[in-house]
Amino acid sequence: MELPVISNSAPEASGGGCSSSGCGTAPDALGHLPDHIRSKVQDHPCYSEEAHHYFARMHVAVAPACNIQCNYCNRKYDCSNESRPGVVSEVMSPEQAVKKTLAVAAAIPQMTVLGIAGPGDPLANPARTFETFRRLSEEAPDIKLCVSTNGLSLPQSVDELAKHNIDHVTITINTVDPEIGAKIYPWIFWENKRIFGVEGAKILIEQQQKGLEMLTSRGILVKVNSVMIPGVNDEHLKEVSKIVKAKGAFLHNVMPLIAEAEHGTYYGIMGQREPTPLELEALQDSCSGDMSMMRHCRQCRADAVGLLGEDRGEEFTLDKIDEMEVDYATAMVERAKVHQAITSELEMKRALKAAPKFEAEAGDKPATRPIRIAIASKGGGVINEHFGHAHEFLVYEVDSVGHRFLGHRKCTAYCMGDESCGDGETVLGQIIKSLEGVEVLLASKIGFEPWADLEKAGIQPNGEHAMESIEEAIRAVYDELAAAGKLDQPAAAKAAA
Amino acid sequence: MALDITEACVGCYACEPLCPNKAISAGNPVFTIDPDKCTECLGDYDKPQCAEICPIEAAIVDEIGDPLNPLGSLTGIPLHLIEEYATTGTVVRN
Repeated sequence: MELPVISNSAPEASGGGCSSSGCGTAPDALGHLPDHIRSKVQDHPCYSEEAHHYFARMHVAVAPACNIQCNYCNRKYDCSNESRPGVVSEVMSPEQAVKKTLAVAAAIPQMTVLGIAGPGDPLANPARTFETFRRLSEEAPDIKLCVSTNGLSLPQSVDELAKHNIDHVTITINTVDPEIGAKIYPWIFWENKRIFGVEGAKILIEQQQKGLEMLTSRGILVKVNSVMIPGVNDEHLKEVSKIVKAKGAFLHNVMPLIAEAEHGTYYGIMGQREPTPLELEALQDSCSGDMSMMRHCRQCRADAVGLLGEDRGEEFTLDKIDEMEVDYATAMVERAKVHQAITSELEMKRALKAAPKFEAEAGDKPATRPIRIAIASKGGGVINEHFGHAHEFLVYEVDSVGHRFLGHRKCTAYCMGDESCGDGETVLGQIIKSLEGVEVLLASKIGFEPWADLEKAGIQPNGEHAMESIEEAIRAVYDELAAAGKLDQPAAAKAAA
Repeated sequence: MALDITEACVGCYACEPLCPNKAISAGNPVFTIDPDKCTECLGDYDKPQCAEICPIEAAIVDEIGDPLNPLGSLTGIPLHLIEEYATTGTVVRN
């Protein structure tokens, strides 16, 4: 199949890196989108890598029912201490969801996006989902509404979605091949029957593709999520990426399978392995030749609240919001001020990035290899987190002329802030394992013990750039290493030495 | 004749709107079927709708307590692993 490639600006596989100051993460993978789409998504925390440092989102868990089974999902979703899609603490009625949304919007003015993402499928709960959207579009017109779906009921829901002014929809598409689909979806519920295996997967795939085409033809923006399942759909996702782009999806988010035995999912129990961070990066790079890739997704809970990577859900439980009085008219005035301030800051940063820079000709510089640098950050685009407190590290690939954001690596914090550092050794081992491929780690502070272990593992810790902007710090660190001649040889030779 | 919902129910609401007799009520912790209203969908559908969509094995049972979706029938997980997970909360891989 011949497919149009709108843009060649996507970064090349490692070794290529950025070719100009306007690529890579700056202002992330959305740079080449047409203006009318970019203006819609550039301030959306779940679509824009840049915006997610400033704007927050929340999910309300009003949609518990599902019409399909996925092998990475356990429908016993009542769990409060895990962070992954499909997991929530309390399912809400539309009324409770509206109240919670208004309370959060008043308390966290940076919250601009309300999504319904489960814990089942929002469109398999049409009454609850659309009642929530209808009321919010009336009562809180300054909040963007989003929905994510498995796509089975999408074609019949498109009119209703358009009515509620929802201009972003996420469809999870893991395959376009029913044989592969049967390995991911054991059954679907369709026209009053449970349909197993290839037959069910075929119907699901048809409905997903039809829904995608219907949405894009009506100008509704579509992001596609795919779960990378090693040995099942990993190679195949390159094809999926091409097809969904050809049908008008604007962003593809390839996420790693989460499959722990403790979660009780089919994949978890059967020992299906998760992809390694480097395998995920390699697949995202392969797909990016045809498609804008999203790399900052945190695979958050179906009731997450706050900036991506943080969850403030505990502050807004049902009993707590019951006691909150919200004057939304007043809150909206305050929210507008906060949004304006953030927008001005972002616009200034974008203007600075767009400004021409004086750079040495590529030929003037010795050829240095790209490296991965990990960052401990609480947000704001700044290195402001202690190594021991970090629950995740942002990983960038940096070369002599630019950098790009590769993704985040989740971990258990090394230091829990009390006596629990006793477990530190095994936790540190896991953190180091999760940092596979990383050569430098920047944090606001790093303790003596982890410092030594990181060095031993070939990761250079560095606390000299505390509170600096990530982009400036990684540039400075790279240039320093390059000037010292440490980046002249290929990484493989160094590892062998 | 009527179906019943067991403690395995997770309260996901999938069955409730499908019932042609409005026999299902939301409950805490589990949903319930009004035995006076339930017809097991006879005359309306080939198969009882609640059991057709229910994602939880052994949550919907018939009058003698036999599950319409026995353990392993929906997820495909082998019985010995279902049992290991139910007793230990995880599965030890070799």
